[in-house]
Amino acid sequence: MKRSLHWLLPLATGMIILGAWWLVTTVWADRLIYFPGPGQVVKAVWTERAELLPATGKTLWMALAGFAAATVGGGVLALLLASARPVRLSLYPWVLALQMVPVVIMIPIFQIWYSYNAAKTIISMTFMISFFPIVANTTMGLVSTDRRLRELFRTWHARHWQEVLYLRIPYALPYFLTGLKIAAVLAPVGVITGDMLAGTSEGTSGLGFLLYKYRSEFRPDAVFAVALLSAVLGFVFASAVYGLSWLLLHRWHDSATRME
Amino acid sequence: MPDPILSYRSVTKRYERGKPVLDSLDLDVEEGDFVAIIGPSGCGKSTLLRLTAGLSPLSGGQIVFRDGEPSRRSLGFIFQDATLLPWLNVRHNVEMPLRLERRPRAERRQRADEVLRLVGLNAVSERFPRQLSGGMKMRVSLARGLIRQPNLLLLDEPFGALDAITRNQLNAELLSLREQSPFTALFVTHSVNEAVFLSNRIVVLSANPGRLAHRFEVPFSYPRSAALREDPAYHQLCAQVMRALADAASAR
Repeated sequence: MKRSLHWLLPLATGMIILGAWWLVTTVWADRLIYFPGPGQVVKAVWTERAELLPATGKTLWMALAGFAAATVGGGVLALLLASARPVRLSLYPWVLALQMVPVVIMIPIFQIWYSYNAAKTIISMTFMISFFPIVANTTMGLVSTDRRLRELFRTWHARHWQEVLYLRIPYALPYFLTGLKIAAVLAPVGVITGDMLAGTSEGTSGLGFLLYKYRSEFRPDAVFAVALLSAVLGFVFASAVYGLSWLLLHRWHDSATRME
Repeated sequence: MPDPILSYRSVTKRYERGKPVLDSLDLDVEEGDFVAIIGPSGCGKSTLLRLTAGLSPLSGGQIVFRDGEPSRRSLGFIFQDATLLPWLNVRHNVEMPLRLERRPRAERRQRADEVLRLVGLNAVSERFPRQLSGGMKMRVSLARGLIRQPNLLLLDEPFGALDAITRNQLNAELLSLREQSPFTALFVTHSVNEAVFLSNRIVVLSANPGRLAHRFEVPFSYPRSAALREDPAYHQLCAQVMRALADAASAR
């Protein structure tokens, strides 16, 4: 199969779906008054731009903050968990148990803690959502370092920190990046959910809050406009992390190298 | 006669209450020896190397290094797999032991160039392990094993996974490496031909428990060439070792 087909085919599928959407909403326009066509959605993005663009910016900012905190926190906790078996045995089951708690129940708690500061609440929730996949994957990578390679380092009398720095961390990198990819998909979802539940109109609100606002104003075209921007945001966010992963792995890791 | 560089004194190893893997093994290794260790599977050949490198504790007996602990610290260990770090290119893989000793960058570079030249891999120093053939990976592993200029090199079936032609080639290369950068070698192998071609002494171990069953002196002088493989004396010795190996395997 030609390589160009790898992007031509999905592009064609997208055009067909878009065309079908346009056709359906044009032909039955009088019956589908709550289902805007693609043109109306784009128009709503334009007319509401004064509200939508700052909201998108704020959502992006909160997603980045939560994601960054989860990356650092998750990485550090994974190093701690991997450092010694007793530490892992005593902590890891609780990390897993905590993950099973639905994160939304934390929202009222965060609201109380942060005196209803929306940004802090939403960032904390995003942190909670993105944190676990990073911890779980990175810990797995750090503890599954090839036994032979560890023995090799022992024959060189590597110090513990050298083994961590030169062996365990690079070995765990693909695992960490897998966690990061999952977190990158979750972070924007977390922000929008958090914003729907805890967002306020003070200052500029995020996309999640606007979703509620436009619903109460009964404007399906604007709701769809928010959905479109959320989708674009999520796509850009995840693509950036996928790109980073490729950049770090493509020269050596099987997952990122083409068969020769 | 000078002291042996390494001596095993009633070395015993058992895992968790089981029968010993190695039972009271006595062996002296002289400086400059190339000792091939051969035996049926389960005779503790690899265990012997692991004990020597300090990767596993002894259950009894002693392993005495002539130069004490420092010579254990500087020995080289070559595993059956090349065990290269896939995220580093060839040069950085080879430099790793020196990096861990926190040697300056210029020295690391210079030493890496030297050993890569010895194994004939200068041209591929920027490549990553996945871009190399099995034989090339093993050469990189040898270069890395030699970069600290060890007195003692432990090789655990290093060429076992290679095809016959590459294997013979690497046998010859290993001997010529030793001409240029002398080391004492303990070489575990399954192949009688390889043992006779490489070593000046062969130790045959029996299995369950691992004991020293036979010793052979290999009379051919170094440097050896591929022509040795066609020498009738070589074949005769191979046949003798093969018989001893069969004895060791059946004597359980």
